[in-house]
Amino acid sequence: MLIANYGYKDGSGEYFITLDTDKCDGCGKCVEVCPASVLEVIPNEYDIEDGDIMGVREEHRHKLKYSCAPCKATSGDVEPPCVLACPTRAIIHFLSEAKGQVL
Amino acid sequence: MITAGIDFGAKNVKVVILDDEKIVARGSALTGFDLKIAVKDASEMALKAAGLKLDEITHITETGIGQGSVAFAADSVSEVGANAKAGVKLLPSARTIIDVGAEEARAVKCDESGSMEDFVVNERCAAGAGAFVEAMARALEVELGQMGPMSLKATEAVPMNAQCTVFAESEVVSLIHAQTPKANIARAIHDAIAERVISMVRRLGITEDVLLVGGLAYDVGYVDSMKRGLGVEVHVPELPEYVSAYGAALVAQERAKE
Amino acid sequence: MTKKEFWRWPEYRHTVEGIDPKNGKVISGGVDIGSVSSKTVIMVDGEVFAQSVMRTGSSSPDSAERTMNWALEDTGLTLKDVQYVVGTGYGRVNIPFAQKAITEIACHGRGANFMWGPTVRTVLDMGGQDCKAIRVDEKGKVQNFLMNDKCAAGTGRGMEVFADLLSVPIQEVGDRSFAVKEEPQSVSSTCVVFAKSEAVGLLRSGWSKDEVLAAYCQAMAHRVVDLLNRVGVEKEFVITGGIAKNIGIVKRVEKELRIRALKPDQWRDDPRFDPMLAGAAGAALFAKVLYERSKG
Ligand code: SF4
Ligand code: SF4
Repeated sequence: MLIANYGYKDGSGEYFITLDTDKCDGCGKCVEVCPASVLEVIPNEYDIEDGDIMGVREEHRHKLKYSCAPCKATSGDVEPPCVLACPTRAIIHFLSEAKGQVL
Repeated sequence: MITAGIDFGAKNVKVVILDDEKIVARGSALTGFDLKIAVKDASEMALKAAGLKLDEITHITETGIGQGSVAFAADSVSEVGANAKAGVKLLPSARTIIDVGAEEARAVKCDESGSMEDFVVNERCAAGAGAFVEAMARALEVELGQMGPMSLKATEAVPMNAQCTVFAESEVVSLIHAQTPKANIARAIHDAIAERVISMVRRLGITEDVLLVGGLAYDVGYVDSMKRGLGVEVHVPELPEYVSAYGAALVAQERAKE
Repeated sequence: MTKKEFWRWPEYRHTVEGIDPKNGKVISGGVDIGSVSSKTVIMVDGEVFAQSVMRTGSSSPDSAERTMNWALEDTGLTLKDVQYVVGTGYGRVNIPFAQKAITEIACHGRGANFMWGPTVRTVLDMGGQDCKAIRVDEKGKVQNFLMNDKCAAGTGRGMEVFADLLSVPIQEVGDRSFAVKEEPQSVSSTCVVFAKSEAVGLLRSGWSKDEVLAAYCQAMAHRVVDLLNRVGVEKEFVITGGIAKNIGIVKRVEKELRIRALKPDQWRDDPRFDPMLAGAAGAALFAKVLYERSKG
């Protein structure tokens, strides 16, 4: 089993996209629905024997909070499109921000 | 009635004195490492300009990071609350007020009476605040005040990949080595910080009119990047860095009447 | 005069005695081009034979060539004798002579398993511009990873900013951060930029350099422990990368985790276990496997 975490924690809070690579079969549904082209299907680079999985594009890894902001325009607990599109529920978004934030 | 507002910013302490709703004087001092000295300097400056004594002020309200540290303030208000109050007073049609200070960026959505409806704050990461532009100006070896005019002269958009201030500094240095014109680098810097502030504001939804306040609003290059990024008109009031202090003084007016 | 750099570890090369590459079946190489240093490990049948550590220059291909050639110097081998080379590190895709590129995450996991043995479950790699928390199984295969390369806090770069500010050579940071009577309060800002202005204030209010170093090491340890906790820490725990040699951080990370790092000092007696080389060693091991596979 492999859990891949993309994202970061910095002074302003944390933003991670977590993928369970056992559940992910590389179908690419999440890639299709993502309005910001954040995701892609890549060979599993962490396990040279495994197949394709979802990955976060290099250019978005440093700014997930900003790239994914439009999907969280209004407050509430609505899951973002990529999470909803995944047939195996392999994707989790984790967001927590520094104090002072109204979500 | 005379009231005052004190805004403890990360960089400067600002004081505004009001007679009813009219600004009669203002003062500011570097925050430095001793808030008490800073607030004393800033308020003395304002009092002197107004020709008033401290005890002639009916009510003092404070806002900002050092709340509670001044004995003579009656109460306090949040920065976003103060911004909403002052923003609508300065531009009655303002509904989204974006405030970018030295160490924090915040945005507030408000109604026509200046009551806050929702807000977001981005703090403790220099990459999302004025400190970013300051650090980049240093790396570019350009005076902070020159950044804006310079950025308006840019001929080409160059991408900045680093998000963190520390990494962005090295990126600026390598852009200089690659002979990238400084104007283009300045614009890349403004675009980068604008992108971060805008995506924060998007969480609120962008309701016009948009008013930009805080120290960074003096920077014409940044204002230009904000306009391009938001795709709507961005209004900047006079003396944008005093808006929070002004808001606090307005709140003091209301509270004094209660 | 160029600005003095206080933060780099010295460059060196080393050949392990008692190994004759002529008798080996597989000679494999791993090259790790990091943001600060470039490393090569040459293995003979899966055992370290030669290694080098150099600073990374402005071009990845050049740096790769230089560190590889230096590792091979006086070994009687040339690049042609190395049957398979795997590249890793942020410059991994720019190594002309590498047959394959593999992520640092996979290589550090594998390398830590090699250097510290199969009981390793958690690897913390603190590099020049990033910080990785990696969970591995008994074979060194990655199970959960997290890489922070967005924020300078918690990376070598953050430490560099402080070493520069205080004009303290990086090799001394660890010891000096313990030369305080009492552990001071940690610097409160996470952000390197704000922590720096906080430090200037502390110095002005009379703190010694050592105290400021202690306060920053603590903040940095706190940061990486946060990341580690996200992937979950399990014994045995090891630290790789340049900062693994900074006891000021290592000891404080251990304290906060309440877990001791496994043999953090073995590199002092045996350079084969230099924690900076874990990625290159992992790459060389992958190279061996890939070579054998290519031969059927
Ligand atoms: S949250 Fe939205 S922008 Fe982010 S990855 Fe998912 S679909 Fe794409
Ligand atoms: S990303 Fe950079 S600027 Fe932001 S908190 Fe981290 S060190 Fe500070």
